[in-house]
Amino acid sequence: MGEPGTPELLSLEELEASGGLRTGRKHILSILVENKPGVLTRIAGLFARRGFNIDTLTVGPTDDERYSRITLTLDGALHPIDQVTKQLHKLVNVLKIRDLEPAETVARELALFKLAVDGASRAEVLQICEIFRGKVVDVSRRSITVEITGTTDKIEAFDRMLRPFGLVEMMRTGEIAISRGRAET
Amino acid sequence: MRAVDAIVECLKAEGVEVVFGLPGGANIPTYDALYDADIRHVLVRHEAGGGHAAEGYAKATGKVGVCLATSGPGATNIVTPIQDAMMDSVPVVFITGQVRTDLLGTDGFQEADVMGITMPAVKHSVMLRHPLEIPRALHEAFYIARTGRPGPVVVDIPMDLTRADIPYEPVEDIHLPGYQPTTEGNAKQIRQAAKALAAAVRPVLYTGGGVISAGASDELRELVEAGGFPLTCTLNGLGSFPAPHPLWLGMLGMHGTRTANYAMDEADLIVAIGARFDDRVTGKLSEFAPRAKFVHIDVDPAEIGKNVPAHIPIVGDARNVLPRLTEEYRALGAEQARLESWWQRIHAWQERHPLRYDDTTDDEIRPQFMIESLYRATDGDAIVSVDVGQHQMWAAQYYHFRRPRKWLSSSGLGTMGFGLPAAMGAKAGMPGEQVVCITGDGSIQMNIQELATCAQEGIDVKVFIMNNGYLGMVRQWQELFWDRRYSAVDLGRWPDFVKVAEGMGATGVRLSSKVTLEADMREALETPGVVVVDVPVTAEENVYPMIVPGGAAREMEG
Ligand SMILES: Cc1ncc(C[n+]2csc(CCOP(=O)(O)OP(=O)(O)O)c2C)c(N)n1
Ligand SMILES: [Mg+2]
Repeated sequence: MGEPGTPELLSLEELEASGGLRTGRKHILSILVENKPGVLTRIAGLFARRGFNIDTLTVGPTDDERYSRITLTLDGALHPIDQVTKQLHKLVNVLKIRDLEPAETVARELALFKLAVDGASRAEVLQICEIFRGKVVDVSRRSITVEITGTTDKIEAFDRMLRPFGLVEMMRTGEIAISRGRAET
Repeated sequence: MRAVDAIVECLKAEGVEVVFGLPGGANIPTYDALYDADIRHVLVRHEAGGGHAAEGYAKATGKVGVCLATSGPGATNIVTPIQDAMMDSVPVVFITGQVRTDLLGTDGFQEADVMGITMPAVKHSVMLRHPLEIPRALHEAFYIARTGRPGPVVVDIPMDLTRADIPYEPVEDIHLPGYQPTTEGNAKQIRQAAKALAAAVRPVLYTGGGVISAGASDELRELVEAGGFPLTCTLNGLGSFPAPHPLWLGMLGMHGTRTANYAMDEADLIVAIGARFDDRVTGKLSEFAPRAKFVHIDVDPAEIGKNVPAHIPIVGDARNVLPRLTEEYRALGAEQARLESWWQRIHAWQERHPLRYDDTTDDEIRPQFMIESLYRATDGDAIVSVDVGQHQMWAAQYYHFRRPRKWLSSSGLGTMGFGLPAAMGAKAGMPGEQVVCITGDGSIQMNIQELATCAQEGIDVKVFIMNNGYLGMVRQWQELFWDRRYSAVDLGRWPDFVKVAEGMGATGVRLSSKVTLEADMREALETPGVVVVDVPVTAEENVYPMIVPGGAAREMEG
């Protein structure tokens, strides 16, 4: 600064760029969309085309049949989240996008674990299930299937505990999330 | 009324005067309604021609272009124009016929998944499921195409819907909850941008097609002249600012002027207005404008910060934002003198590096000379459509556009075959204007069939073929970067364009005399009807200067 005659109003050096920043953490985007054919294809296509990588994605109805809710999680270390949300906003059928603040959000995921257990390990497995508040939903002579809900962290912890007993298969829904308090998500 | 008559009513209510298309089984009903409607239908010879014609119409008139195609192959033939309109933000509504709803998904005759195929290429698209949806969907399509950042909208209408009987009332209350473009521009940010301009000692304004879409050329000029700022345009932005002009640096980017690219390189502040930092503009991104802070004004928030960080983002329509920016800037009373040394530097570049070419004393016509001659022959005032290749770049360099909507170029997608149909569409929309197409011997052959359309419809475009015998731009790259291995770029001697022109109902002439070129061009321009002018030019001339692919903008060659 200090050029002759230049009003000292603003220093260019001090201007900081906004946007395009990578946060490095996981983001949960809650997207309210019109319940119309092809909306999911548009969103999936947009992600594929722009090279955005979706970690999980869930779609379901809302209390209003005109709308559906898409919850998706992605890695803020890989993507500038503001660019992702801006691109999503360009879709005419997308009504609202919230990048949920982790501290102000309740997120849950449902998982089903099928474990190969025999008589000897069964008791121990059931004990772990109880600690995690898992629910046994199917039992056979050589297997047991457990349903568990919780945060992604909890499900991953459960996975780590049980895997050594012999995991046959496992399925997860991906997270859904809702904001805490009275305000709408 | 018949649903198809409702379609026509929608078009009329939207002010549509001319549509471009070609019928088939799935849209015969719509064509029946057009038969005695008060709308001109231009029967193109290939749907791609129809799509580009609708783009040319939209670019030249500022109105929404309309293209009709039948299902299946008709619809797949317009995929290129749809993507082209997307890349250059051109408002076009594409109405496609579709198989009956009971046949959808069964691989019915002439069925194509038009929604699926075009989805990545549209601003928006809908397939209708019920005849009652037709009016609202069409009005929404026009609304979405022309507002915010303009773009293509596809409306796919299954055949059975068009045979229904429905009531029609014009739809005026369009409210789309998921589509509300921000056009105003944040007042605080605008003030901040004015302050940044006042603080800058090496500012450059960098403007693109958005200024033209917004109809903000006068507002732009006010700002530029208020501050005495240097200004450069993108390829798509030519005409947004009157060239030549003392504050105009020429086009920037791969084949822009050295001055424009050097100024961007040394700038301390770049104000981007309706421009999107395309890779052909920035060159190597990591070395682009390393000293600059960026003000980015765009109606599309997703463009801001996409390729280049924005220090002062302003989401809004240039026509709203620029007058307020000018006012704020004026109020700061910044001293003009602070830009003096910057201008000295710019003038020195301009003197040292004007656009130039070797015009030896031989009697071969240099391609640049051809453009200069046409510039003079048209008094610099024609609507000029171009195709893609060397001729396009030379036209951008040597034809100066004083006003917006005079330059029709497939800039983002770079679609060979765009030029002739675009000229046709422009002339249909602006019959009182001189419309010329500058094309290449390669490009013209990609939609040459539209000469017959022009002849039949009395759309008197004048087509100037820069005939270098090559797919010239590709040849240039092969010469420069592939060791002169000219693979698949020699177009040979055919066709004889004069004969083709005659067969198409046009007048064909070949102009080979350098001395009389300009006068001969004038004569061709004055010849009634469609005229095709074949101009043999130097075969192996290169477009310079050039930012080599992957290179930094300051390292221009040639
Ligand atoms: C549809 C399409 N196919 C291929 C290309 C690649 N391409 C870019 S320029 C060019 C050469 C065009 O030749 P011509 O029309 O004779 O123009 P010139 O460069 O010779 O002036 C080609 C093939 C393109 N841009 N568009
Ligand atoms: Mg050529």
